[in-house]
Amino acid sequence: MARHNVTVTVNGEAHSREVDSRLLLVHLIRDELALTGTHIGCDTTHCGACTVLVDGVPTKSCTVLAVQADGAEIGTVEGLADANGMSALQEGFMQEHGLQCGFCTPGMLMTGTALLAANANPSEAEIREAISGNLCRCTGYVNIVKAVQYAAAKTAADGAGEDN
Amino acid sequence: MAAETSNGPRTSAKICGMGHSMKRKEDPRFLQGKGNYIDDHTLPGMLWLDIVRSPIAYGKIVNIDASKALEVDGVLAVLTGKDLEAYNLHWMPTLMSDTQMVLPTDTVMYQSQEVAGVIATSRYAAADGVAAVEVEYEPMTPVIDPFKALETDAPVLRTDKEGQEDNRIWHWEAGDKEATDRIFDEADVVVREKMHVPRIHVASIETCGCLADFNPVEGHLTVYMTTQAPHAIRTVLALVAGHVGLSEEKIRVVSPDIGGGFGGKVPVYPGYVIAIAASVVLGKPVKWIEDRMENLQADSFARDYHMDAEIAADSSGKIRALRIKTLADHGYSDAQAAPSKFPAGLFSICTGSYDMEQAYAEVDAVYTNKPPGGVAYRCSFRVTEAVHCMERIVDTLAHKVGKDPATLREENFIPKEAFPYHSPLGWEYDSGDYQAAMDMAKEMIGYDDLRREQAEKRERGELMGIGVCSFTEVLGAGPSKDFDILGIKMFDSAEVRVHPTGKAIARFGTKSQGQGHETTYAQIIAEELGLPAAHVQVEEGDTDTAPYGLGTYASRSTPTAGAAGVMAARKLRDKARKIAAHLLEVGEEDLEWEPGTFSVKGAPDKSVTIQDCAFAAYTNLPEGMEPGMEATNYYDPPNLTFPFGTYICVVDIDRGTGEVTVRRFVAVDDCGNIINPMIVQGQIHGGLTQGLGPALFEEMTYDEDGNNLAGSFMDYLVPTAVETPAWETGHTVTPSPHHPLGAKGVGESATVGAPPAIANAVVDALAHLGVTHMEIPIRPDRVWEVLREKGVAI
Repeated sequence: MARHNVTVTVNGEAHSREVDSRLLLVHLIRDELALTGTHIGCDTTHCGACTVLVDGVPTKSCTVLAVQADGAEIGTVEGLADANGMSALQEGFMQEHGLQCGFCTPGMLMTGTALLAANANPSEAEIREAISGNLCRCTGYVNIVKAVQYAAAKTAADGAGEDN
Repeated sequence: MAAETSNGPRTSAKICGMGHSMKRKEDPRFLQGKGNYIDDHTLPGMLWLDIVRSPIAYGKIVNIDASKALEVDGVLAVLTGKDLEAYNLHWMPTLMSDTQMVLPTDTVMYQSQEVAGVIATSRYAAADGVAAVEVEYEPMTPVIDPFKALETDAPVLRTDKEGQEDNRIWHWEAGDKEATDRIFDEADVVVREKMHVPRIHVASIETCGCLADFNPVEGHLTVYMTTQAPHAIRTVLALVAGHVGLSEEKIRVVSPDIGGGFGGKVPVYPGYVIAIAASVVLGKPVKWIEDRMENLQADSFARDYHMDAEIAADSSGKIRALRIKTLADHGYSDAQAAPSKFPAGLFSICTGSYDMEQAYAEVDAVYTNKPPGGVAYRCSFRVTEAVHCMERIVDTLAHKVGKDPATLREENFIPKEAFPYHSPLGWEYDSGDYQAAMDMAKEMIGYDDLRREQAEKRERGELMGIGVCSFTEVLGAGPSKDFDILGIKMFDSAEVRVHPTGKAIARFGTKSQGQGHETTYAQIIAEELGLPAAHVQVEEGDTDTAPYGLGTYASRSTPTAGAAGVMAARKLRDKARKIAAHLLEVGEEDLEWEPGTFSVKGAPDKSVTIQDCAFAAYTNLPEGMEPGMEATNYYDPPNLTFPFGTYICVVDIDRGTGEVTVRRFVAVDDCGNIINPMIVQGQIHGGLTQGLGPALFEEMTYDEDGNNLAGSFMDYLVPTAVETPAWETGHTVTPSPHHPLGAKGVGESATVGAPPAIANAVVDALAHLGVTHMEIPIRPDRVWEVLREKGVAI
């Protein structure tokens, strides 16, 4: 099988690997880079557990080849928190009980992060539409919606604080 | 709404005992990608197992040719049933004392059955090897329809079972048949509905898997696996493999973070056993992670009860008797995980929330050429089927006698003065106040206004329905006199150790799969010992360290292990009281306890904290006292618990497409005293969504050849955020009189109560057209067919 050099920047850090043509991006992330926060739930792009950001766009990494991501900026759940602690969205999930078993959570967080980057104040319908490609079997979604709203409100309040 | 214990939290926010919505201790790792799920485990030299599966539902294996697979780069071995037969490991017991193939030697019994295991150096190589194994089959005509399975000319499927002359697995019955029949013969009103609670799947977002690590030098096996019952699984493994040297002390089962269980991770699947066998044979760690299609197509299903139900009542709608005849399709093997004396689970809860003179229920279980199972999917063993049956047919009765379905329920409720209540099928309900839950639900949703709105809409030809469900659950299995699995009594356990600095570790025989045990158990210990919950570390799932228990399913953790935690903590509090008396130089009887502090009666400034007592347990003991601060309890519950609730649902039906939209859904639950209101509400939200799925979307269907027609998430429709309504919840609190915290358990009430509420709402929307029943899942095509028949489709 042909081998290819792939370079990806994950959470700001550049990685180069020689990979098989058929290696899935999710396996590059999990097995080669040991970032196991990104999960695999269905292999068929339905459940969204493997969602990562590829150049800012939520992408189901179980159905993307690693070679397709060559040169891309990739964001995973491990990159959401910084020196100041968890992101507003991660905090929202904790405060609003937006997770139970935690398996879908990384994918939800990445989809939610992209939503908030594009739309700082989404309506409930917009949130539900945005996460409709991410299945959760535990929470019934109500508290995930609240978690996104929490993050939107907190980010807005922090922004207002900075303006003062 | 009253979402705390009846009197509010007793402890401070710092201690954070019962009634506090403590944020979850497990969340920071899950939120930052630091969970530790099965596929996150790797070991040096680890190999991969992938599985060859049968494309046909029933047939002979003529030949398995692994030669091409063995030529694939990275493939090390191919294991077949013949290989396992050499060690007598090709069969295994199910948790219901039936048997199941690990790998077949000659016959396949259902589509996607495991046929051979390929072991390779990577997951890709293992998959290549699976594709290269050539299996020649001689197909036979499968038995798919469970009713046909009982016909006299049906082929006997389980020819491996000595004395098995037909496809019946067992017959079970409860109640007084003759007395029930007599009431039916003389009753003013009899209503009858036939209904199917279809085959569904838990579809946890994490599939099943394991990492088996056999150490050939020490003869020791460690298995990391997605199991809800690690201790019971270890015992089963020892029973299955003891003869090849794997005795119980040489097996360690570790259940790591689990990405949803819901009952689907209770059984032992062949993949686990093949991985273990491969590790033993090759002397290397072997990992097996099933993909989603394997998970949906081969792992244990749930439900699949065909019920024929009747109610006898007087002319006013007062229920006098219930009679149910059921056919249960178990597939190829009875691989459910019900208590051994309860082959039909706790189906005899079917009389529900209603007082009646007599009841009789019977179930016949049959084999078919479908995957084995019958797991208790978020359900305390067949309670979902029982509740759906009763709550649906009660609506039929209301329709028949011309009463509002809420009113008819109220007129038949077991009155709160009647508890403890002895049901006609033998249960002793511990406590209940059904009218209170109904009143709250009606008020929250604005029931009378909705009925007026519905009448107006009917005038305009719009279809809107209101569905009511007032369920009673039975859970917390269970008292040892009646409840065991493979003979092991269904107690559960806790072990609490307080360190010298006043911090603690608490270990339990259960295993969380998202329920938040690390938080709620810490709150239980905090409630009893007065240590801050933040200082109590909770561990479960490692058979080398946790005390023996039967695991987490059937909403049993709080009723059993939670109670064990209380009792262990109380032992420590008693010891601490002796130490406090020693430290304060007073008698024990002179001390008062406020959570966290012993003080001298009448001299509250003379006090010691629980932390002081813990330190003294290691440093300054009363003479003759055993050092240390550790206690264990194995809790054998005196009775089951009986949570209940009333759910009311509003649906709108699109006359053009038949699509049902759940506009509002109010769930009022009573699970007794509440440990963590936030977590309880989360459990209700999730349970409701897992009730919405089978009510409207989910069904595992097969064609007449036994081909699975819902084997991926393309066809097996799990609700997304778009279909799922904004659930509204409320609580009443009726404590359990026998649980040490007055708690009842809550994980499954909503899964049980939601489907009939939704189905009743759809039927209610169509009731004026003469519709009395709709089979679930109520798909748009089913509704549209009815609309067309009734001439109201547009």
